[in-house]
Amino acid sequence: MKATTPSQDLLRGVWRENPVLVQMLGLCPALAVTNTVENSLAMGIATFFVLLGSSLLVALLKRFIPNEIRISAYILIIATFVTIADMGLEALVPDVHKALGAFIALIVVNCMILGRQEAFASKRSVVRSLLDAIGSGTGFVIALFLMGAFREIVGMGSFLGIPLFGDGYEPWVVMILPPGGFLTLGTLLIGLSWFQRRRKEAADGGTAKNGAVQEGSVA
Amino acid sequence: MSDLFWILLSAMVVNNFTLALFLGLCPFMGVSSRVDTALRMGLANVFVLVLTSLSAWTLNTFVLPYAPYLRLISFIVVIASLVQIVEMAVKKLSPALFRQLGIFLPLITTNCAILGLAIFQTNRGYGLFEGLFFAVGAGLGLTLALVLMASIRESTELSDVPEVTRGTGLVLIIAGTLSLAFMGFAGLLSAA
Amino acid sequence: MSAATSPPNAPTNAPENVQARPEVSSWRLVATLALAGALSGLMLVSVHQWTQPAIQAHKAEVLRTAVLEVLGGPETYETLYVIDGALTATVPDGTDVRTLEAVYAGVGPDGALDGFAVPAARPGFQDVVSLIFGYDAATGTLRGMKVLGNKETPGLGDRIEKDTAFTAQFDGTAVPLIGVKPGRGSGADGEIDTITGATISSRTVIVAINEALDRVRPLLDAYVNAREAEAAR
Repeated sequence: MKATTPSQDLLRGVWRENPVLVQMLGLCPALAVTNTVENSLAMGIATFFVLLGSSLLVALLKRFIPNEIRISAYILIIATFVTIADMGLEALVPDVHKALGAFIALIVVNCMILGRQEAFASKRSVVRSLLDAIGSGTGFVIALFLMGAFREIVGMGSFLGIPLFGDGYEPWVVMILPPGGFLTLGTLLIGLSWFQRRRKEAADGGTAKNGAVQEGSVA
Repeated sequence: MSDLFWILLSAMVVNNFTLALFLGLCPFMGVSSRVDTALRMGLANVFVLVLTSLSAWTLNTFVLPYAPYLRLISFIVVIASLVQIVEMAVKKLSPALFRQLGIFLPLITTNCAILGLAIFQTNRGYGLFEGLFFAVGAGLGLTLALVLMASIRESTELSDVPEVTRGTGLVLIIAGTLSLAFMGFAGLLSAA
Repeated sequence: MSAATSPPNAPTNAPENVQARPEVSSWRLVATLALAGALSGLMLVSVHQWTQPAIQAHKAEVLRTAVLEVLGGPETYETLYVIDGALTATVPDGTDVRTLEAVYAGVGPDGALDGFAVPAARPGFQDVVSLIFGYDAATGTLRGMKVLGNKETPGLGDRIEKDTAFTAQFDGTAVPLIGVKPGRGSGADGEIDTITGATISSRTVIVAINEALDRVRPLLDAYVNAREAEAAR
């Protein structure tokens, strides 16, 4: 692994290597529960909590976990934090818990979390692992927030439940239904890909220097 | 219409796991570029889902009433181990079947659809037979979605789509269109 | 990046596979996993103990609000379980009450029965619609209806829960219910105007109530008679 600075560890996951929009990890929750801003944020924060907790424990305990059973141990740690998040949400915000339903438990199989343990927390110091978890977690929250905001504004004409448009606005209901999830993410990805292509072309046309701009382009 | 039949059809088309609940997206995005692979992947999924339903029912009936907080962990551990054992058994007993379906087993052991099925089954309080019909319906629904997706992707391989849309973006737009089409099944099963 | 075509499928190669390798003694692997399992179990038990009162209290409060809302009058109620085709307030020891069908009997200030709240569920347009309704056994009319859970189309089907013009119709209506298109009714008792654009969802509610009542009405009547006989003695 290349040596990185702490700020790189923190910032990398936020946008350049955004878990959802660039690495395509954790698509299931990103599509399933982003029909309103509130649900998106709740899911984002729950995932953030699980990622942070797991990274902390994995980084702390990595010397005691034999290599042969590391994946099982990571899963065990992640599942523990997910169960805690599940019970905590049900006790603190029952309505949000009801809206998210089974998808809270499904944070366990969010590839992003296991991916960060395997790729980072199992190899680096506790502080770096926490920075990395904060960065990736923030990136995940941002991606979910973008989806949730777009879908709620278009599909319900409101933001966090506050109506934005007058009574004349006929909500585009399909956007808060399942097809809207696929279409929103698809459009978002195509938009990003187009934007990056434009930037790359501009960079190629201008100076000969083109850095890591094309890195994020979609498969 | 009997409840069991409703559960099967509901999981298969009306509330399709992939297209309405977004479960099992990993194989849907990854293994849907060829129809025959997609079909075998789907059938392997049916098999694992049925195993999952049985394990979840057993745990729910005999273990979890005493320790509800271990639900998630025990689901993961038991399902992963069981699938692993069955994989080894299939490999030993029928190498031909293993080549057809077995290679997908490790891939799907812990995808969202498997755990999702166990959790939905628990939340809805399904009994043994309801759970089995739910599993078969969900599996057939996954297979249907995978095969449909794969046949569309086989055609887009050869068509002249704009360069920027190639890849996941296009797959998601196609999935959205399929999901829209599947919404037409809503109301199919309400006898009211 | 080619991550899109081969997403790392949440990889748990189950332990068996890995443990077969003999580098580290396998009992140490098992011991480590067992220790980790015990620790996580301990953590979960403590969080469970800590959150459970709040979760249970909230569930009880949601149920209480719904029952009292559809009963529309009494301020207390008793939970009755269906056991062997009869209603009873006491269950045999060792029975898991979550597996029993329950109805809720409203109790007036003088201790007399005052209506029943009955839960019902039925497949709707998208998925199962669950609801609870209040029923007055003495007059054979409904007291109210509240949808508890639905996944019907937002803006159309979910009006069975949110549209008060629809839900208010159930108060005081005779059963069995008959669904009619708005403005097409004959004015007969028991008619419910369905919601335009959500006929199936509306009819799901109506049929669910009719079905549930067909099933539990004999039980309710028998229970009322038993209570009256007891009071007369």
